[in-house]
Amino acid sequence: MKKGFLHNFYQHNGRVLGTALLVILTFWIGVLIILPQLSMLDYSLREYLPSGQVGEYTLKNYRHLVYGAEGASDPYNYVDLKVFTRTIVAAICVTIFNLLLCYPIAFFLGQVAKGMKLRIFAMLLIIPYWINEILRAFALKIIFGATGMINAVLIGMGILDEPFDFIRADIALYAGLGYAYILLMVFPMYNVIESLDHNQIEAARDLGAPWWRIHWRIVVPYAKPGISSGCTMVFMLSAGALAAPQILGGPSSLWFTQIIYQWFNDGGNWSQGAAYAIVLLVSCIIIVLAFMKMFKVNMGDIGK
Amino acid sequence: MSAGVGVNLENLWIRFGDFVAVRDANVNINGGDFFSFLGPSGCGKTTILRAVSGFLDPSEGNVLIGGNNMAGIGPNKRPTALIFQNLALFPLMKVWENITFSMEIKGASAKERRKRADELLDMIALPGQGDKLPSELSGGQKQRVAIARALCAEPDVLLLDEPLSALDLKLRQHMRTELREIQKRVGITFIYITHDQSEALTMSDDIAVMKAGVIDQIGNGKTIYNDPSTSFVASFVGENNVFRGTVKKIIGNEALIETNRSGDLLTRISTANQGKMKVGDDAMMFIRPEALSIAPRGTQGDHFVTAQVTNEEFEGNSFNIFMEGEGGKEIKVALPNLGQSFESHKGEPLTLEYEVHNAVSLPAGELATE
Repeated sequence: MKKGFLHNFYQHNGRVLGTALLVILTFWIGVLIILPQLSMLDYSLREYLPSGQVGEYTLKNYRHLVYGAEGASDPYNYVDLKVFTRTIVAAICVTIFNLLLCYPIAFFLGQVAKGMKLRIFAMLLIIPYWINEILRAFALKIIFGATGMINAVLIGMGILDEPFDFIRADIALYAGLGYAYILLMVFPMYNVIESLDHNQIEAARDLGAPWWRIHWRIVVPYAKPGISSGCTMVFMLSAGALAAPQILGGPSSLWFTQIIYQWFNDGGNWSQGAAYAIVLLVSCIIIVLAFMKMFKVNMGDIGK
Repeated sequence: MSAGVGVNLENLWIRFGDFVAVRDANVNINGGDFFSFLGPSGCGKTTILRAVSGFLDPSEGNVLIGGNNMAGIGPNKRPTALIFQNLALFPLMKVWENITFSMEIKGASAKERRKRADELLDMIALPGQGDKLPSELSGGQKQRVAIARALCAEPDVLLLDEPLSALDLKLRQHMRTELREIQKRVGITFIYITHDQSEALTMSDDIAVMKAGVIDQIGNGKTIYNDPSTSFVASFVGENNVFRGTVKKIIGNEALIETNRSGDLLTRISTANQGKMKVGDDAMMFIRPEALSIAPRGTQGDHFVTAQVTNEEFEGNSFNIFMEGEGGKEIKVALPNLGQSFESHKGEPLTLEYEVHNAVSLPAGELATE
């Protein structure tokens, strides 16, 4: 923080508004973000007592994720660990898929489309999100179902002989997750790409660059902050999604959030659920930071 | 020095919907020349440049570079390099990467590129600045990097779209000289777009003056300045005093103009209009401020003008007198400052004299608006 930040802040906003902003900000960060997480952390480190009393501090809940219940036949908790790994890998795949899908859209919106075309295209992207997430997930379930539109078309065209089970193959789940967060990927990228001086693209072209090279050397490096904030959001949200896996997931495929949900809700074991949730949160943060390090993105760029 | 590659525009039309941006342009640019398109903003000069560089397809007509028709050839395949008005340096690449971007595309090794970048940096007098980012350079330095980046592509034709307009006056004047020197050194054809007539005059071999999509005149600086072919050129290039009237008499290549306010004045008919002006035609005659001098008060004759002095100013290199002209326009006289003493004539009538060959008469037409 720069020296005299508060002074400048007050000078800019005035005493009353400045104080109000500070109070709101402190409340938001402190009460709505930090405190709940701290209480989750506290829960996760305490022994679960059915009577609702406060238990002793212990690492038992974390141990459970790795080694399973005491006295279990397997040396490790294979079921939960597998679901955890699968969730993370699937979330990464969804993120990459979304990135590949949304980059052309963002480029089209930011550099190619003009005026009316741009507005219509942006509206087409936004309007589906007026429908709530659960409804959208059910709609996808119907489309991907055995008697759904996609199977009907594929069978009608003679590509398939009998309906393909998109739900069991998790295709419906990935499509649902991907679709749920498209806007979160498109708009940060669009924001950055839109601010790229079109002359940069023309200059590269004039100097002999083919189109893919222009993207690789000019547009993508410039759009990196947008790409990384889009990816971060999509990854975090798909790893933490609950509705889509619940509705679109196959009978055998569990998402890690579903296990957390079961601990909290069905099992009533908040301590165990909190430990799982903390593990998911910390892992996601570590993965995001690792990717940011790998692609040399600064934390400050994310906000751009 | 190579002979350079010429550029020809043949019957070039460029339309955007109903709007005609360029109307039947025919230009032959000699290889190795510094050629300028000069005109006010919106006259279509940048459109022509975009057609030459390949970013825009002409509606009709052809662009030929080195005799080859460029139709259907994209900007990345043409032997041209464009310097953008805002330079468009790549902000995330270092200076040396910027300069050698065209080599990177051709697959040159980093070592080769580094070497070439250093050579070019020496040429543009920025040695050792290769590892900086463009944002760390000053305006003039960025300018030079943009030139080096374009030259690195080894184009046959360098296209410049008002590249100096963002610089301050001193630097602009300095860069003019520098650009001209670079052009002579590399010997390739430069096509330069500008709305600044002094830029065009100081740097160019030839100039095309444009107005609303039409090329009014093509010629070297002296011709454009001394022998304009339209009233637009006469009024756009440099300062000029205009006198409106009708042709009273034609004597060879001279015309006696019966002006609305200043009596009958004898002038030279501009070369392009000789034989075309007839007695009774509406005409405009132009005299440069520096071609007027003070004569004994009240002298009568066909090369004397008498008018009331409204204002005077001292500009350093000249002493300017403003006199009542026609239609609210002033007649400006610029007397060179040779150390003499200037008498004030404010509010008095003053008689001016000019030499007939310095006054040009043209068919009445549009004037450039300031």
